Amino acid sequence: MNNSYTVSPMLETVSETLPQGDLKSSLDRAERLNKTKSLLLVVPLLAFITVFFLLPIGAMLLRSIQNPTLSTAMPQTAAALANWEGTALPDEQLFATVGHEILALQEARQLDSVGSDLNRVMGDAKSLMARTARGLASKVVVPGAFNTTMTGIDKRWGQIGTWMQLKKMAPAYSATNYLAALDLRYDDQGKVVQQPESRRIYVSILIKTLMVALGITALCMILGYPLAYMLATLPAKTSNLLMVMVLLPFWTSLLVRTSAWMVILQSNGVLNSTLNSMGLINQPLELMYNMFGTVIAMTHILLPFMVLPMFSVMKSIDTTYTRAAHSMGASSFRTFVQIYFPLSLPGLSAGGILVFILATGYYITPALVGGRTGQVISNFIAYHMQTSLNWGLAAAIASILLMIVLVLYWIYDRVVGINNMKLG
Amino acid sequence: MRTESFVSFRNVQKSYDGEHLVVKNFNLEIEQGEFVTMLGPSGSGKTTCLMMLAGFETVTHGQICIDEKPVNDIAPQKRGIGMVFQNYALFPHMTIEENLAFPLRVRKLPRQDIEDRVRKSLDLVALGQFAKRMPAQLSGGQKQRVALARALIFEPRLVLMDEPLGALDKQLREQMQYEIKRLSKQLGITVVYVTHDQTEALTMSDRIAVFNDGIVQQLANPSDLYEKPQTAFVASFIGENNRLKGQIIERQERYCQVRVGEHLVKALAVNIHPVSSTTTLSIRPERVQIGARPGEYDNHMPARIEEIIYHGDHLRARLKLAGNDEFIVKMVNTAGHAAPQAGTCIDVGWSADDCRALDA
Repeated sequence: MNNSYTVSPMLETVSETLPQGDLKSSLDRAERLNKTKSLLLVVPLLAFITVFFLLPIGAMLLRSIQNPTLSTAMPQTAAALANWEGTALPDEQLFATVGHEILALQEARQLDSVGSDLNRVMGDAKSLMARTARGLASKVVVPGAFNTTMTGIDKRWGQIGTWMQLKKMAPAYSATNYLAALDLRYDDQGKVVQQPESRRIYVSILIKTLMVALGITALCMILGYPLAYMLATLPAKTSNLLMVMVLLPFWTSLLVRTSAWMVILQSNGVLNSTLNSMGLINQPLELMYNMFGTVIAMTHILLPFMVLPMFSVMKSIDTTYTRAAHSMGASSFRTFVQIYFPLSLPGLSAGGILVFILATGYYITPALVGGRTGQVISNFIAYHMQTSLNWGLAAAIASILLMIVLVLYWIYDRVVGINNMKLG
Repeated sequence: MRTESFVSFRNVQKSYDGEHLVVKNFNLEIEQGEFVTMLGPSGSGKTTCLMMLAGFETVTHGQICIDEKPVNDIAPQKRGIGMVFQNYALFPHMTIEENLAFPLRVRKLPRQDIEDRVRKSLDLVALGQFAKRMPAQLSGGQKQRVALARALIFEPRLVLMDEPLGALDKQLREQMQYEIKRLSKQLGITVVYVTHDQTEALTMSDRIAVFNDGIVQQLANPSDLYEKPQTAFVASFIGENNRLKGQIIERQERYCQVRVGEHLVKALAVNIHPVSSTTTLSIRPERVQIGARPGEYDNHMPARIEEIIYHGDHLRARLKLAGNDEFIVKMVNTAGHAAPQAGTCIDVGWSADDCRALDA
């Protein structure tokens, strides 16, 4: 009773000093300090991510559309080619520009490297450049005779196709790397066509990678679901111990785990020698340096990523749901199919998408146990980064991989709904 | 008697760890159409008994029969028992309609039949327009009504309810109590209801089994349970109760003389040990008269008012009496009745029949 007297006068004074309009601004002011504080807390992380993650990745993505060889090494040629129509052979002036710049490159001793760079797109560019440079250097070319001289040295200069190929490489930014990554190229008429059969690599590897990732995801689901179910239903004491056993490999170095698989799977390894001594096989089975080894090792390595989200979702499924279903007369099978499984789906799909995305980009394990046939797309990206030094192509393949994953993610969101995903 | 009972627990024991008994020798016969409540504090074994009846817990020893058939080894889904859970247990990925249809689909009823019964059932709990909603879009009270409808829709003869109203606020809870009672009588079903709320048990039940420590302390109808508690636990668990500890001086047929401090109290001998052992006297606060004249009641005692607590419809006086300063007396708040003041000394009296000598 007394309370109502003491509270209401105070409420009145508050509303007197704070008219409605000011309420919003004073709320903003009060909140701003909190927002600034929380922003300051993440500033170091933001700076770190920007400098060491976003910028390098942005630079790599940019590299995928960059095509700097012709535009930097032969700038005048590149500019002139941009203006060339492509319907007839270029005029004498363009011939002269090309001839002079090839000679200049020869003198600067850069012709070799430029030739190799061009070779990546235009298979015979290096030999053409070298031959032309040699021919031009040995003759004194009369101004106005570059056309006939160069055509004389190599008749490829007299074909529109050669010039078309050069023109496509002229712009500083182009999709050439993406075309190469998708086994496509420009033909002599400047149209996009498929690479000849012998040079098609990446599309089939990309499809293989996605199939392998899908297979690994399916394997992880089949192996992980019963395990997660058992962990979620066992008493806490036992399930904690088993959980540690699930996590133990998770805490071990990736390299160590992969090496352990190598010890087990190689032709005179643990598995083969055991089977041999038991008399089950005469010749060692080829378990490694092929796709089998890659799938086995990756499934083992990625399994915890499947089990953890499934476990946490199953843990949160109340037993009363299954009890309620039983009390209504549903059999155990029906209860599982209609009640438990739909409720565990968020965990299954979260684990699935996690494992799938990790598997598409996996590198170390296929590199170590994959051999020749067990290679996936990431091994080719690494090859172009480290060995062929064709960073543009590597960046283009990586970007395509990223886009595929994003598209699949989008499809997943449309079909299942991202809100249905639970990571823990 | 035994042959008529619908559900029977016979010498049922339950242990989870093989060392301690959670339920110690439980016996209960329930007749068809009866509303029986198992009441007790948490951990008293009441929910375990319910779960054993439902089939979700195994029976360690003894036998549970439904309709004279032992059900110990029958799976829960084959027992045909409707069940309402505390957290409703509505399937979150199904609409209200689908939830209600689930037990009917399991029974492979024709589609038209299912639709009719779902509609009828929704009307029964006044939720017709919510058929297409998901459980998450309903309020607690609505969810509970759906859960009730779902447990009743396949017309089970026995429905178990495990603290179904525990998560609801007071007003809704009272409303639902009447609704459940009305439905159970209307449909003639047998209900076994578990709660720790004594008012809920008193208002709804035909009979109440009061549990404590794995033992049924008393099995009786609500009024007997309140008016004639057999043990000190029941007396204090059901309703308000004043307890006076004393020593038995003499037994006189139905009554006994008990020494409380320096006073002698005449009490009804209900559940006492031989003379000179200790006992707990139980007196309901509303059965004590303030300002009693000597000789008016069997017992007469001086007391001091320590505190007056205002409760709107009644007043409560906390008294210091025979060395006990937690003695509560309830007074009706009538118009023109001068309220006694704290600090005054008064006389109180009560009848020997209202003072029950129970186990210590």
